[in-house]
Amino acid sequence: MNLEEIKSTLEAAIPGCSPQIVTNGSPSGQHSLLLDREHAFVAAMFLRDDPTLCLDYCSNVTGLDWLDTETSEKVKVTQLVDGVEKEVDEVRKTRTPGYLEAVYHLYSMQKKHGPLVVRLRTENRTDSVHLPSFTPIWRSAEFQEREVFDLFGIIFDGHPDLRRILMWDEFEDHPMRKDYVEPDDYEYEPTPHDAVLKKALEHRNRISTPDGQGA
Amino acid sequence: MDQQLKIELSQQGIFATTMEELYNWGRKNSVWPLTFGLACCAIEMIATTMARYDLARFGAEVFRPSPRQADLMIVAGTVTKKMAPQVVRLYNQMPEPKYVIAMGACAISGGPFKQGYSVLKGIDRYIPVDVHIPGCPPRPEALIDAFITLQKKIDAQALTGEARPRHLRDDTPSEFPVPTYGAHDLQPAKNPTLWHITTNATSPKPLPTGTDESGRD
Amino acid sequence: MSTSMEASTPAAHQGFADATMIDHESDLLQISLGPHHPSTHGVFRMDVVLDGERVVKLKPVFGYLHRNHEKIAESTTYLASIPYTDRLDYMCSLSNNWAYALSVEKLAGLQVPERAEYIRVIAAELTRLQNHASTIGFLMQEMGASGTPLMYAFREREKILDLFEALTGSRMMCNYMRFGGCRVDLPAGWLDQARKTVDEYPRFLDEFESLLASNEILLARTQGVGVLPPKLAIQGGVTGPILRASGVNYDIRKVDRYGIYERFDFKVPLGEHGDVYDRYMIRMLEMRESLKILDQALHQITPGPIIDPKAKIRGFRPKPGEAYGRIESPKGELGFYLISDGTPNPYRYRVRPPSLINLTVLEDMCLGSSLADTVVIFGTIDIVLGEVDR
Ligand code: SF4
Repeated sequence: MNLEEIKSTLEAAIPGCSPQIVTNGSPSGQHSLLLDREHAFVAAMFLRDDPTLCLDYCSNVTGLDWLDTETSEKVKVTQLVDGVEKEVDEVRKTRTPGYLEAVYHLYSMQKKHGPLVVRLRTENRTDSVHLPSFTPIWRSAEFQEREVFDLFGIIFDGHPDLRRILMWDEFEDHPMRKDYVEPDDYEYEPTPHDAVLKKALEHRNRISTPDGQGA
Repeated sequence: MDQQLKIELSQQGIFATTMEELYNWGRKNSVWPLTFGLACCAIEMIATTMARYDLARFGAEVFRPSPRQADLMIVAGTVTKKMAPQVVRLYNQMPEPKYVIAMGACAISGGPFKQGYSVLKGIDRYIPVDVHIPGCPPRPEALIDAFITLQKKIDAQALTGEARPRHLRDDTPSEFPVPTYGAHDLQPAKNPTLWHITTNATSPKPLPTGTDESGRD
Repeated sequence: MSTSMEASTPAAHQGFADATMIDHESDLLQISLGPHHPSTHGVFRMDVVLDGERVVKLKPVFGYLHRNHEKIAESTTYLASIPYTDRLDYMCSLSNNWAYALSVEKLAGLQVPERAEYIRVIAAELTRLQNHASTIGFLMQEMGASGTPLMYAFREREKILDLFEALTGSRMMCNYMRFGGCRVDLPAGWLDQARKTVDEYPRFLDEFESLLASNEILLARTQGVGVLPPKLAIQGGVTGPILRASGVNYDIRKVDRYGIYERFDFKVPLGEHGDVYDRYMIRMLEMRESLKILDQALHQITPGPIIDPKAKIRGFRPKPGEAYGRIESPKGELGFYLISDGTPNPYRYRVRPPSLINLTVLEDMCLGSSLADTVVIFGTIDIVLGEVDR
């Protein structure tokens, strides 16, 4: 079954479910299916139990962080400049809010096909970061969803044991997010370059300010 | 004791030694390491004790699972921030005299994983290290070399006098504070009595945008 | 054995988080095994609740070797991540290289020349040989056969490491494969040396097997212990020898036919009972199948280029897109999920670690067995912490 067919099967089987196909530009050609949050759990259950699909094996769960993006476009507007109507360029900025994403790679051990890539997206990156957990459907997602929770901060509703897994419990940040700032713990390196050089500069600026503590 | 005299005596069939020599000779040839593997380097440590390299030749094959019975800790592998308190606690539980070998780039400085949020940048931030072995991982020969270096160090330790080692003094600590898990990092991030970095914060020079000493603090 | 284990758990993390919840009236005993413990294969920790000698609850605790591998990979180029993949499953660096190279090849659409494919197969199967032998050695160690089987396994491992060293320059951290091929060609005389090692290997296996397979203690400690039913195995995402020991026929070398595996004649051994003994036996049999593959590959390999001329190693920028590639590593399905945004660094770099996911079913396998058996069951999962925590 190709992705189009899976999409229409899902639409037919689950009322209200509206999966979208997310295309992939790479030669791998692994396109994916974006499920909406409300119907994701039922849809996943369907994908597992449907006799032709039979995706009984959830191989991989990945967290993704997409930052807010800002696109600017130039538009021509007419304005009154010094009493004369003129056409001027105005830069309009549109902010698309970012989101967190969970990606599941599903295979079928029975039918030996796959992968079907399923994506779920949160509403934003800050306060509404809930997604349905697939652990009740595929046990293999248990530790991986905990990891995504730990490192990205997606809260999986319905997960039996959602705790931090890799970092300690007292830790507060989500280090795999793109905007994570690590504690300033820079140490001398003989050949810093690129990102390390930037860190070195920042660290130096900090410690050379009067209230800065030396290293 | 005069070496010349000693040689002469031994030619007459008289074996003379000092308490210090005897004591150190015994200690250096029966080092008991702690069974303590952290990461990849631990595999090389195991390989060192196995058939081909055979660490037993140097009297150090009795790996002890309990720190109470060990006198050498080989920090073999990456010390993460989550693991660091446990490492310090294990060190504190070892009886004196105790020694530490930092095996591999990770144990020395964080190694390849230095740039990151969860790896401790060297175990010498929290406990004193006697021998560092570079390498990622160091070859078994390098670990054996570290052993020999340590044996030399043990051999040179005086029993009396000002230069006597830590375990024979009252005024030096043998236990070190265990860091705690903080909200963003370990608290404290290093033990300032052990770990000194000289800073040049008072005379900041502009950093060259190349390589070299650009980051030294 | 269990007494010595309880005695040697001094490094327990400051008590249990829910220590106050222990009912002092009951006989339940809560112990923390690890993270410093001789039987945990590194810094792994299990919180176990015991009723007498029986396990009633077991929660693995991870993260003591979390080395922010994925974050580092996302802030560096595609090429610079290859040495880091060596350090994932540090017993099998060459398979890790292959999994990563395969994913990047999928992402960028690169072809691998035939000779490079052969070299990859040879390297990966040699890796499997030494991994399985060491795993069995460690497993025996945990059953109390301290030293001897592990010594035998490591003696053979050294011979394979010599081959790796001659080929790649390093014993463990090989850093050998590249997108679209391999880094260097085989040195002169390497193939003969490899053939010799492979030809001698069955002798070691026979010796190993005659020492172990009918050993009464081994049979008593392993048969019927830690049974993993196939349904649960699939549900828990278990892969690799453990899955096949439960009787599920799923070997990615056969399913995906990546590389040139379809050219070789080999079987996939399957277990019947899914207990510890089957998991041990599967590894023995897989080694024999690997030898078959090696034998064919070492004789079929022909001269030729070893890297795709289109592959740009430096300044490599794949088109925006994503790819998930996976191989059958000695531990199970090792996958890499890469997202490119057209820059030299991957936007997202994710490792699908077989060791971590195989641990999902650890609690189910251990419930009701004694603590001493727990250690053995845990040993058959064959984890490497560098991969579990990354
Ligand atoms: S120094 Fe290298 S081999 Fe040793 S633990 Fe660190 S990464 Fe692994």
